[in-house]
Amino acid sequence: MSDTRTPTGGTLLTPFNIVAGLILLIGAVITVLRFTGGLAAVSNLSDYNPWGLWIGFDLLVGVALAAGGFVTSAACYIFGLKRYHSAVRPAILTAFLGYALVVFALHYDVGRPWRLPYPFIVQPGTTSLLFEVGACVALYLTVLFIEYTPAALEWLGLKRARSIVVKLTLLLTIFGVVLSTLHQSSLGALFLIAPSKLHPLWYSAYLPVYFFISAIIAGLSMVIFESSMAHKYFHDKMDDTHLAEADGVALGFGKAASFVLFGYFIIKVVGLAVDNNWHYLVSGWGAWYLVEIIGFVLLPCYLYAVGARDKNVKLIRRTSGLAVLGIVLNRFNISLIAFNYHLPSSERYFPHWMEIGISVFVVTVGVLVYRFIVTHMPILYEHPDYKEEH
Amino acid sequence: MEGQIFTLQDFMYSTKSITYLVIVAALILFPIFWRFLTSRDE
Amino acid sequence: MAITRRKFLSWMGAAGVGVTVGKSAQAASNKHFTGYPDGMGVLHDIARCVGCRSCEAACNTVNQLPPPETSFKDLAVLDRKRRTTPAEYTVVNRFDAAGEGSKPIYSKNQCNHCLEPACASACFVKAFSKSEEGAVVYDASVCVGCRYCMIACPFEIPTYEYDKALTPRVMKCTLCHPRVQEGKLPGCVESCPTEALTFGKREDLLKIARERIRRNPDLYIDHIYGEHEMGGTSWLYISNVPFRDIGMREDLGVTPAPALTSGALGSVPIVVGLWPVLLTGIYAISQRKDKVAEEEQALAVEAARTATQDEAAAELKKTLEMKEKEKETAVNMAVKKALEEAAKAQEEAAQAREEAAPEAAPEVQDDKDAKQTEEDS
Repeated sequence: MSDTRTPTGGTLLTPFNIVAGLILLIGAVITVLRFTGGLAAVSNLSDYNPWGLWIGFDLLVGVALAAGGFVTSAACYIFGLKRYHSAVRPAILTAFLGYALVVFALHYDVGRPWRLPYPFIVQPGTTSLLFEVGACVALYLTVLFIEYTPAALEWLGLKRARSIVVKLTLLLTIFGVVLSTLHQSSLGALFLIAPSKLHPLWYSAYLPVYFFISAIIAGLSMVIFESSMAHKYFHDKMDDTHLAEADGVALGFGKAASFVLFGYFIIKVVGLAVDNNWHYLVSGWGAWYLVEIIGFVLLPCYLYAVGARDKNVKLIRRTSGLAVLGIVLNRFNISLIAFNYHLPSSERYFPHWMEIGISVFVVTVGVLVYRFIVTHMPILYEHPDYKEEH
Repeated sequence: MEGQIFTLQDFMYSTKSITYLVIVAALILFPIFWRFLTSRDE
Repeated sequence: MAITRRKFLSWMGAAGVGVTVGKSAQAASNKHFTGYPDGMGVLHDIARCVGCRSCEAACNTVNQLPPPETSFKDLAVLDRKRRTTPAEYTVVNRFDAAGEGSKPIYSKNQCNHCLEPACASACFVKAFSKSEEGAVVYDASVCVGCRYCMIACPFEIPTYEYDKALTPRVMKCTLCHPRVQEGKLPGCVESCPTEALTFGKREDLLKIARERIRRNPDLYIDHIYGEHEMGGTSWLYISNVPFRDIGMREDLGVTPAPALTSGALGSVPIVVGLWPVLLTGIYAISQRKDKVAEEEQALAVEAARTATQDEAAAELKKTLEMKEKEKETAVNMAVKKALEEAAKAQEEAAQAREEAAPEAAPEVQDDKDAKQTEEDS
C-alpha cells in the first residue's frame, strides 16, 4: 500500500494496485454470474436462509460502521465541539461512501434491483420496518452527498455553490441525526418480527435501541480506526490543523466510546433481566453470548477507558479495531449465527466463496474511491481559499 | 365491508401511511417554524 | 377487486383510504381485530391423513407447477423430511410416532394463511395482502425480491426462485384463491380421498374441529393448532399426536405479527417530532455557551484595555503637565526676553530721540513690534 503516498507518480503496477485490480476482475466475473445465473449460482442462500452475508455484512455492518458521519457532525456542529472540526470531513466522506456501497451491494442481493424505488413510487408498504429503513437510507444518502459536496466544489472551484451548501450545514446535520437514529434502530427492529427464529439471548424488544447505541459505538470507533489508517497512508495529505487535532479526536472519541459502551453493557444486562434470559447463559449459546459481551463490549470499554485516562492514543487506536470487530460480531450474531438457531446444522447457512468475493469487491471499490477522493480533494486538509471560515 | 377494517394489518397500513405523511410535513415545517421563531433575534 | 384497487393507491390514496376507514375501525371494536368474518380456511385432520400425496399432485396440476422429479405416486420421497419449494406449494411429511410402534403419522404442510400475515406486515411494497376470502395473496408485479417475507414467516413457508436471474418470484400456496373466487374447492381439498382436509368458513371449521375433539377425546390432542398461533391462521389442524412431534412449533406464541413491530414503528414519528427539538435545543445551548464565553472574553479584553488606557492616560497627563511647565517657563523666558528687548529698544529710541528729535511715528511702530514679539513667543 506504500504507493498510496504518491498515487499520481510512478508506475501503476504496485502490489496494492495489482491485488485491487485482481479483486475488481473477480468481482466483475461474479457480477456477470449473478445477473445471468441468479442468486443460486453465486450464493448459498436458501429458503430457510433468505438473508446471508450480503445483508449481514454489506447492509447491517456497512450501515453501522458508516455511523461515524452523523456522530462526528453532531459532535462538531450540534454539540459545538469545534475541536473535532478536522475530523468531520473524513467522517462524512466515509459515511457517504459507506452508504453508497450499501445501496450498491443491495443490487446484488435483491431479486429485481431496478425495482428498489418501487416502495416509494409504486406501492408503499408502510407497515414494514424495511420500508422505514429504505426511506431513511435513501434520504440519508442524499443528505450525506450534500454534506460531502463542499469538498468536491472546493476542488472544482465553484465558490458560490459551495457557500450555499455550507449555509445548510446545521439543517443537514440535524436531518442526518434524525434519519440515522431512525434507520440504525430500524435495522435492529427488522428482526422483531421473527421472535421464533432469533435466539432469545439476542432477540429483545430493545433490539432497535441496541442497534442505535451500538451504531454510535461503531461510528466513534470507526472514526478513530479510520484516522489511524489515514495517518499511516495519507500522512502527507494532512494539514497542520488536522495533525494537531488528530490526537485530541482520538482521545475525545475514545473516552466517549468507552462511556457509551458502558451504557450499552448496562442495557444489554437490562435486556437479560427483562426477558428473564439468565438461564440461557449456561448453555453453549450463552457462552457465545458472553464472548460477545465480555470480549467485545466490556473489554473495549475498559481499554478505551485506560487509554483515555493515560492519554494513550496508541492504545485507543488499537482498541478501536477491537470495538469495530465487536460490532461486526454482533451484527453477524443477529443476522446469521443466532438466527435460525433452531434449525439442524444441515439447514444452516455458510456463505459461498463468491458471496465473500462480492463483499470483498465492494469494500475494495470503497477503498479505491476513498483513495481517489482523499488524494484529490480537500478532505484531510483545508482548502487554502476557505481557511479563514468557521 | 368496504370502509371497515377487519385486520390489524390493514389498520396499521392506513394509520402508518397517514403517519408517514405527518412525518414528511413535520420535516418541512420544523425549519420553517424555527425561522419564524428566531427571525427577530439580533 | 381489492387487488386492482390497490394498484392505484399512491401516497395520497393510501392516506385517503385510511382517513375514511379509520373512523369505522375505531367505532367498530376499540382496535381489536378479529379478521374477516366470512374468511374461509381449511381444517387438516392429521389423524385422517394417509400420506398418499394426492393433494401434492392436485396442487401441482391446478397451479401449473413444473412436473416433479419422480411421480406423485412414489412414496419413497417421504423417507426424508421435505419443505415447500418454488415447485411445491405443499408437501406431506411422514413422522414415525414414538412408542407403540404403531402407524406412522402424515402431515401436510403449506402456507397457513395467517389472519395477520407476517409476510404482509414485513413487505415494503405491500406485495402480500389478506383477502376477505381468507387467502394471503402475493403480487409478483411489484415484488422487489428482498426476501424479508421469508425472514418474517414463522412457519418458514415462502420460497424463492433463486435460480432465476432477472425475474425471481416468491412462491407459496395461494389457497387456490382464483378457484375459490370461481366457487371451486382448493385443489388439495378436492383431491383428498380420506377427507383429511375440509374447506369452509373458518368459524365453522373451528366448530367442526371442537366437535371432533369432543367426540373422540382419546384420539385427539385437545388443541386446535392455528386457532391462536401467531394471532390465528386460516388453516387449522387437529392431531392425534403432539404437534411438536410432527414438526410444528408450539412456541410461536399468540401475538399477531403486526403487533410485534408496532412499537418500533410507533416510535418513528415520535423521534421525528422530538429529535429536531432536542437537537436544536442542544445546538442553541452550545451556541449560547459559545456566545457567553465570547462575550466574557470580550469583556475581559475590554477591561484589560481600559486598565492599560488609564495607565496611559495618567502617563499622558504627566507628560502634558511637564510640557505645560516647560511651556510656561519658555513663555516666561520669552516674555522676559521680549521685555528686555523692548526696554532696550526704548532706550535706543530715547537715545535716538535725543539725537534727532521730533517724529512720533517710529515710537508707535516700536510699541507694536514689542507687542508682536510678546505674542509670538
